[in-house]
Amino acid sequence: MSAVLETRAAPVRSRRRRIGATLASGMLILAASLVLAIVPGWFAPYDPLAFDYGALLQAPSLAHPFGTDNFGRDMLSRVIWAYRIDMQIALFATIFPILFGCLVGALVGYYGGWPDVLFGRVVDALITFPFLVLVIAIVAVLGPGLINMYIAVGVVGWVFYARLLRAEIRIQKQQEYAAAGKVMGYGDARIVLRHLLPNAITPVLVFWMTDMALVILLGSSLGYLGLGAQPPAAEWGVLIADGKNFMTTGWWISIFPGLAIVVTGLGFSLLGDGMADLLRPQR
Amino acid sequence: MSRASAPDSGPCIALAIQGLATTFATSAGPVRAVDGIDLEVRAGEVLGLVGESGSGKSVTLRSVVRLVRPPGRIEGRAIWQGKDLLAIPERELLDVRGKEIAMIFQEPMTALNPVLTIRQQIDENLKAHTGLGRGERARRAIELLDLVGIASAAERLDAYPHQFSGGMRQRVMIAIALASQPRLLLADEPTTALDVTIQDQILKLLLDLRDRLGMSVLLVTHDLGVVAQTCDRVAVMYAGQIMEVGPVVDVFRGPRHAYTLGLLGSIPSGGAVRQPLRSIEGTPPSPSDLPPGCAFAPRCAFVTDACRRRRPDLVPVGPDHLSACLHHDQVVRAAS
Repeated sequence: MSAVLETRAAPVRSRRRRIGATLASGMLILAASLVLAIVPGWFAPYDPLAFDYGALLQAPSLAHPFGTDNFGRDMLSRVIWAYRIDMQIALFATIFPILFGCLVGALVGYYGGWPDVLFGRVVDALITFPFLVLVIAIVAVLGPGLINMYIAVGVVGWVFYARLLRAEIRIQKQQEYAAAGKVMGYGDARIVLRHLLPNAITPVLVFWMTDMALVILLGSSLGYLGLGAQPPAAEWGVLIADGKNFMTTGWWISIFPGLAIVVTGLGFSLLGDGMADLLRPQR
Repeated sequence: MSRASAPDSGPCIALAIQGLATTFATSAGPVRAVDGIDLEVRAGEVLGLVGESGSGKSVTLRSVVRLVRPPGRIEGRAIWQGKDLLAIPERELLDVRGKEIAMIFQEPMTALNPVLTIRQQIDENLKAHTGLGRGERARRAIELLDLVGIASAAERLDAYPHQFSGGMRQRVMIAIALASQPRLLLADEPTTALDVTIQDQILKLLLDLRDRLGMSVLLVTHDLGVVAQTCDRVAVMYAGQIMEVGPVVDVFRGPRHAYTLGLLGSIPSGGAVRQPLRSIEGTPPSPSDLPPGCAFAPRCAFVTDACRRRRPDLVPVGPDHLSACLHHDQVVRAAS
C-alpha cells in the first residue's frame, strides 16, 4: 500500500526538482557568461590582440589552455573577450525587437480592426523571406558592422514578438476578468498593462531567451561571413572563421569558440525552459 | 423580509432601459440578440431577468454597460441618473462603470485575474473610484472580505484567486464589485457555476448586501428557483424580447403569458402529487430569422392567427404586471 503511494508521489517530486535544476543551471551559466562579459580582463591570461611570433599555432597546453592561432594570439583570452561582444549582441539585437514587438502586438491584439489586418500582411511579407537571408541582405545594403547588424535584426525580428503577444492578448481579452476590469471602469491602458500583459507575457519572455541564443548564432554567422563584428575584434563567429583555414592543423582555433557558443546557447535555453515552468499562471 | 423592503409606493426608477436592441453582424446577416426591450430597475429592488440560453438576457445586461464587443451594435437608451449610458462618451462611462454600476459574472474561475492577489484587485478598484488613502484602503479591503463572509479576511487578502474555492471566489468577486459601493449591481448568472448549497449562500449574501447597502440588483438567471428565492420582480425574456414583467408572486401564481406558463410547467413543483413535467414543444426561433408575429407563436398552445400577424405589445394585465400575450386571459385561466 505504502509502496503504491510512494511510486505515485515520486514523479511529482522529481519533476519539481528538474524544474529547479533547469532554472538553476541556466542561471549559473548565464551569470558566469555575464561576469566574463563585464570584466574579461580579470580572467583572460593574455591580451587578446597581442601577437606572439614565438608561439604560432600552438596546440592546447598549460601556458595556452585553448592553444594559439596563426598570429600567436592566446585563444582562451580571445574566447573570453568575445563574451563581451557576443553577450552585447544577445542583448542589443533583441531589446528593440522585444520592446517594439510587444507594443505593436499589444495594440493590434487588443484593438483589432484594420491595423490588425495590416499587421497580418506585414508579418506575412516579412516571414516569407528566410530570416538569415533577409538580415544578410539588409546588412549588405547598410554595410557590415555590429550597429548595422542590430538594425537589420531589429527591422525583421520584432514581428516574432508582436505575433506572439498579439495571439496571447487576443486570448486573454476574451477572458471574463478582462470584461470584469472593463466593467469596473478601468481604462484600456490599465487593462492592457496591468491585467492582460502579466497573463500574456510568459511566452514572449521564454521566446526572448531562445531568441538571445539565436541572435548569438546569427551574430556569429554574420561574423563568420565578415558582415558582423570586424576582425581583429574577438567575436566567436570571427574566431571560427579565423580557424577555418587551419581545421586540419589547428582544430582548437575553431572548436573552442564553437563550444562557447554552444554553452551560452544552452544557458539561455535552460533559463527559458525554467522560466516557462515557473511563470505559468495557476488557475 | 427582503420582499417587504421593496418600494411598493411610487416606484423610484434607478435604471430605465428603453428600446434596447443589440445586433450582431454575422456572415449570415444581422442577428438581433436583443430585440427592442423596455425595462426598468427600481431603486432597492432585485429584478430577475429570466429566460432560456440564447434568449438575450446576458446580452441585455452587457449592453447596458456597453460591454458588447464588435461586431455587436447597440441601439436604444439606458437612462441612469439622467444620463443615457449608451450615448455618453467613453470617458464618462468609465466613471459610471465600477463606481455606480458594478457587475459580477457567472464564472468566478475566470472573472478574477489569476496573477494578481485579492488585495491588489480590491485595492485597484478602491484606488480607481474612491479618494481613500493607502491605509484606509487596506482597512476597507479587510472590511469588504468580512462583509462577504470570508473568514480571517486579513490573512486571505494576500492569496491568489487559485487558492480559493469556487464559492469563495464568487464572494471575492462580489467584494471587489462592491468596493466602491455601487448603486446598481448587475449579476450575470452569479450562481450557475456553483453547487446548490453554495448557490443558496451566495443568493442570501446578495439579498443581505442589497438590504445593507441599499442598492438595486439586476439578476440574470435561467433558474426559476433562484428567481423565486431572490427577486422582487421578474422579467421573462424569450427570443430577445420581454414577454412578461411583474412581481414574482403574481407572475408565478398567475402567469399571464403562454411562454411563462410553459416555463413554470417545465419545473418540478414541491406539491404532494407527482405529476409528469410538461416540456415546451419545439425549439426557440433563430434570432436571425424571427417569425413576424409573436416570437413564441410557433410553439404556443394558445396560438391564433392574430398572434402570427403582428408582434403583441407589452400591455398592463394587472397591478404592476405587464404581458405581451394576446390571450393572457386564457393563459391565466389555464394556470389556475
